[in-house]
Amino acid sequence: MATQHSRTSARIMVAPAVFVLLVWMLVPLCMTLYFSFADYRPLRATFDAWIGFDNYVSFLTSDSFLSSVGVTLQMVAGILCITIGGGVVLALLLDQPMFGQGIVRILVIAPFFVMPTVSALVWKNMFFNVDNGLFSYLWRFFGAQPYDFLSQAPLFSIIVIVAWQWLPFATLILLTAVQSLSSEQLEAAEMDGAPPLSRFWHIILPHLSRAITVVILIQTIFLLSIFAEIFVTTNGAFGTRTLTYLVYQRVLESQNIGLGSAGGIVAVILANVVAIFLMRIVGKNLDN
Amino acid sequence: MGRITLDRVQKKFGDVEVIPPLDLIIEDGEFVVFVGPSGCGKSTLLRLIAGLEDVSGGEIRIDGRPATDLPPAKRGLAMVFQSYALYPHMSVRKNIAFPLKMAGMAQDEQDRRIAKAATALNLTDYLDRRPGQLSGGQRQRVAIGRAIVREPAAFLFDEPLSNLDAALRVGMRMEISELHKTLATTMIYVTHDQVEAMTMADKIVVLRAGHVEQVGSPLELYKTPRNTFVAGFIGSPKMNLLTGAAAAAHGAATIGIRPEHLDVVDSGGTFTGRVGVAEHLGSDTFFHVHVPEMAEPMTVRAGGEVGLTHGDTIHLTPRAAHIHRFDAQGLRIA
Repeated sequence: MATQHSRTSARIMVAPAVFVLLVWMLVPLCMTLYFSFADYRPLRATFDAWIGFDNYVSFLTSDSFLSSVGVTLQMVAGILCITIGGGVVLALLLDQPMFGQGIVRILVIAPFFVMPTVSALVWKNMFFNVDNGLFSYLWRFFGAQPYDFLSQAPLFSIIVIVAWQWLPFATLILLTAVQSLSSEQLEAAEMDGAPPLSRFWHIILPHLSRAITVVILIQTIFLLSIFAEIFVTTNGAFGTRTLTYLVYQRVLESQNIGLGSAGGIVAVILANVVAIFLMRIVGKNLDN
Repeated sequence: MGRITLDRVQKKFGDVEVIPPLDLIIEDGEFVVFVGPSGCGKSTLLRLIAGLEDVSGGEIRIDGRPATDLPPAKRGLAMVFQSYALYPHMSVRKNIAFPLKMAGMAQDEQDRRIAKAATALNLTDYLDRRPGQLSGGQRQRVAIGRAIVREPAAFLFDEPLSNLDAALRVGMRMEISELHKTLATTMIYVTHDQVEAMTMADKIVVLRAGHVEQVGSPLELYKTPRNTFVAGFIGSPKMNLLTGAAAAAHGAATIGIRPEHLDVVDSGGTFTGRVGVAEHLGSDTFFHVHVPEMAEPMTVRAGGEVGLTHGDTIHLTPRAAHIHRFDAQGLRIA
């Protein structure tokens, strides 16, 4: 009953939630916008409320900006490749009937429940550590010189850590997609003379394409804001400074809130561009 | 060529024996229908022939060559699935071309065969559509098209009409029968619907719990059912199976009388009962008659214009020549 009365009461009911959301999102965004046009460096006690686009100009023209965008893209692309490739393989394996299926599935999902900071620390100290890490033991076992992952291949190391965390997510979504494939389709392909690899390429992979686009979309949005893994491992050194990390450095390490805010706004705009771009691809893929 | 021989073929799932050792010969060019109630193992048997399930024992030969250990693709058989199993992301053309592409056939030969199949199945206008844009009957035809382009030794149909509505089912039944006449290829067809079996088959195999109950032409099965199961399963409406005194009078444990072999007489008659439900089909009328000494109502076929309704008393006389007699084990007494 959409009477005047019920509509009014509906608005009153929704109001608190809308209010909280607005305050939660709009106030920080507006403050960031406000600071991005100000010269605000609290440690030097400078505060100039309006300096125009100076912050934006200096943020966008610095060398670190372009390199950080490049690093961000490399990181996201690398993680997506590993999680989707590995996710498809794991999903196909987990779909096979085996002993202890339920427990294995829960174990596979487990990394997703570990906090980013914790998992990065675990990887840093237990796997990548040159003196005591498991990889060093492995290298020494084969008589090789231990490899210092975090300083020799820092970007790759972070990609591995984050991919390890997100692999369960991709696996989970792809597994449900694999399970929804009708077995008659695979049997029909088998009767049609398709060997296993062709069945994967012509039947399974096209069936998974929707799930894969959904995984790409969701992961990209989350991966653009990776922070904890970089913070606890390389601190943004050795070419692992992403856009998010650069903004953090500008605000907290350089104590330049104006410059950091401008960077934040730039990051928001770039993330939205990526999101719109992805949404279009996904939308097109979901249509047919 | 497509002569399929099953020699002591057996299938077990764990400890459960789904199909006890079974012998069957399917001659080249025959239209064989496997029929039986759900869970009788007819689909499993078909999948064993297709190679989608491994046999637990025995041997399958196709054209004299042992095929027991061949993978499905190497057996030269094509299958039409109950759900059609079309590839949803491919156009109709690509669906039909898929087995040819997998066989590595030259493009112009592929095109020629697709065009031929599309013309035969009235699919020429739909070749560039996706399966999702087709109706049930058209999808069915695409599935058949995908099977015929391979020119297989035999076609296997797994309840292909069960997803269609009644009118379409009758039409597709005719089309498949026509197809069999033109191609003259062996076809094995699985169904639970005895009407499909009766109308399409050259040879019917009646299965119950994995056992072959009887093999024969539709009319053979209709006229001389080997046991009470086949007698009750083949024919619609079902044969009346009577036990007790009525059967003892004919020196049998059970007697069977088909509804059309019971005559309605004015008075006297062997059985007297009250009309329960009367189904008027226009050409025929089926009466369900409650006879006091019988547990189950008897079914009687009468002409279209019989003036009897619910609650009327009816007198019935069976035609002596058409009474089927079965012994205590349910087997036919010759």
